[in-house]
Amino acid sequence: MQLKRISKHFGEGEARVDALREVSLEVFPRQVVALLGPSGSGKTTLLNVIGCILDPSAGSMELDGDLVLRDGEWQRSNLRRLRLDKIGFIFQFHNLLPFLDATDNVAIVQQLAGADAATARKRASALLDDLEVGHRKHAMPAKLSGGEAQRVAIARALANSPRIILADEPTAALDSKRAGIVMDLLRKLAVEHDATIVAVTHDEKIFDRFDRLFHLRDGRLVDG
Amino acid sequence: MNLAYRDIRHNLGRFLLTCMGLGLLLGVVLAMIGIYRGLVVDALTIARAPAIDLWVVEANTRGPFAEASRIPGDIREAVARIADVTAAGSVTYQTVEAEHQGSKLRLYVIGYELTRPGGPPEIAEGREITRSRYEMVADRSSGLTLGERIRLGRRTFTVVGLTRHQVNSGGDPAVYITLADAQKLQFELAPPAARVQLARGTSGASLNTVNAVVARLHPSASPDATAATIQRWKHLAAITQEDQEAILSRSLVDRARRQIGLFTSLLLVVSAVIIALIIYTMTMEKLKQIATLKLIGAPDRTIIGMIVQQAMALGSIGFTIGTALIVGVKDYFPRRVILEPDNVAVLGLVVFVVCLLSSGLGVRAALRVDPATALGG
Repeated sequence: MQLKRISKHFGEGEARVDALREVSLEVFPRQVVALLGPSGSGKTTLLNVIGCILDPSAGSMELDGDLVLRDGEWQRSNLRRLRLDKIGFIFQFHNLLPFLDATDNVAIVQQLAGADAATARKRASALLDDLEVGHRKHAMPAKLSGGEAQRVAIARALANSPRIILADEPTAALDSKRAGIVMDLLRKLAVEHDATIVAVTHDEKIFDRFDRLFHLRDGRLVDG
Repeated sequence: MNLAYRDIRHNLGRFLLTCMGLGLLLGVVLAMIGIYRGLVVDALTIARAPAIDLWVVEANTRGPFAEASRIPGDIREAVARIADVTAAGSVTYQTVEAEHQGSKLRLYVIGYELTRPGGPPEIAEGREITRSRYEMVADRSSGLTLGERIRLGRRTFTVVGLTRHQVNSGGDPAVYITLADAQKLQFELAPPAARVQLARGTSGASLNTVNAVVARLHPSASPDATAATIQRWKHLAAITQEDQEAILSRSLVDRARRQIGLFTSLLLVVSAVIIALIIYTMTMEKLKQIATLKLIGAPDRTIIGMIVQQAMALGSIGFTIGTALIVGVKDYFPRRVILEPDNVAVLGLVVFVVCLLSSGLGVRAALRVDPATALGG
């Protein structure tokens, strides 16, 4: 994943706010990196740009070797499909769909990509087994513990074998022991799935679990 | 994977309660439509009962229902002699309050000549009147039963037959008695009043007075032409059956009809707003889930499908509950509630369109959700 001089501003004139200022960075497969910085520093904005859900004002970006953004213009017309094929998301509060059980929460991603229900459920089941929550595959999200729900969420992020996994505060809702387990798991998955993991975090106790830390301040990359 | 079905199944109790509430609301709308239809049909029932073509009434009146009408009873013979008239009968109409099982019972008393037009259309139970005095055919809605005796005026009548759905425009059940009995009931003075009249040197009004003469015409005859012939007699007015029905539906019950019609329309608008609010709220509660779906790559059609299917399920289940409810209780209403299949179908169509439009509001909100809102707390 390569970002070149990514900028994003909101508003114009005196109301203009520069959320990102010429941010350039490069992350390689199997790397687990963190975006750090105080509130308003541009971490989430940068995560949204990498996730192809926010239009940047300028810059270029390559994902998995594909030039998807050039000079602030998306090179793909169907960003939804790009997200579905290449990017997995892990959320701070899991964001599991409350009306689907654990298996279907994972299987839905594959079904959206075109897989039939049986294949999707089989793979979902295997992923849940891999993440050691197979015994909870029929449980509804409300019945899962925080750690179990986060594992199901990770399984969902991995369902389509994405090359990039974006994690928004993945350990914020967990105690330090479980946070450590989740980070170990993410590292293992990055290696096994040959994926890049980019996480936004404030959780200092897991800083040492990342390969690289990118510090943002006032929209600029100040260290990384 | 049907997301709408899964979401409904997950919140089944709440969804069914919402459907129940909507069903009650739609049931009230259906009841109002049924009451409206019942009012119109009831208003026409008595006029349609004798199955005649022409009403001969007092000159310059639109009797006998919209205005009072009194004409001599022998007019019937004159009318019967007109070419194209195949049968004619004298009739009287009056409202009487009688004592029945310790309370007042309002009855619409129709007097008719036994072998001539003007009698009950169909006997549902018992028999027709065969004796010239003191027998009665009553409508079932009066609560009277076969063989029961009831006092009207100064005489007691025996119920020998029962009809169904014979009520006047005010909903009072009709009872049929012979013309002679009806004339006595309507025109005969009480003994003290008769004595006063006698002392004044007058013998009182003739009893041979009727409210109208009804006539059946030859199938090839023109009611308008026959009416015009009768109008030339100056002291009479003739109203065709078509005009009589127009008077009843547009004049006699017009305000009540418009009142109920307006209230029904308002109720429909309120229902539409409530359906729209329910569906919109259902969607707004799911915005975070919709944002997550969008973020993980769900196409718009998946999200639109989920909202529209839920709206349709809500509307169809609510409509079914409402219809079943009203069909089940409509016979317990004090006045007739008539649910015509086409009225039910039209309301179903309205509910379908309202649900579709309401889901459009939800869809609009859902499609505007930024997938980025799924990130962060």
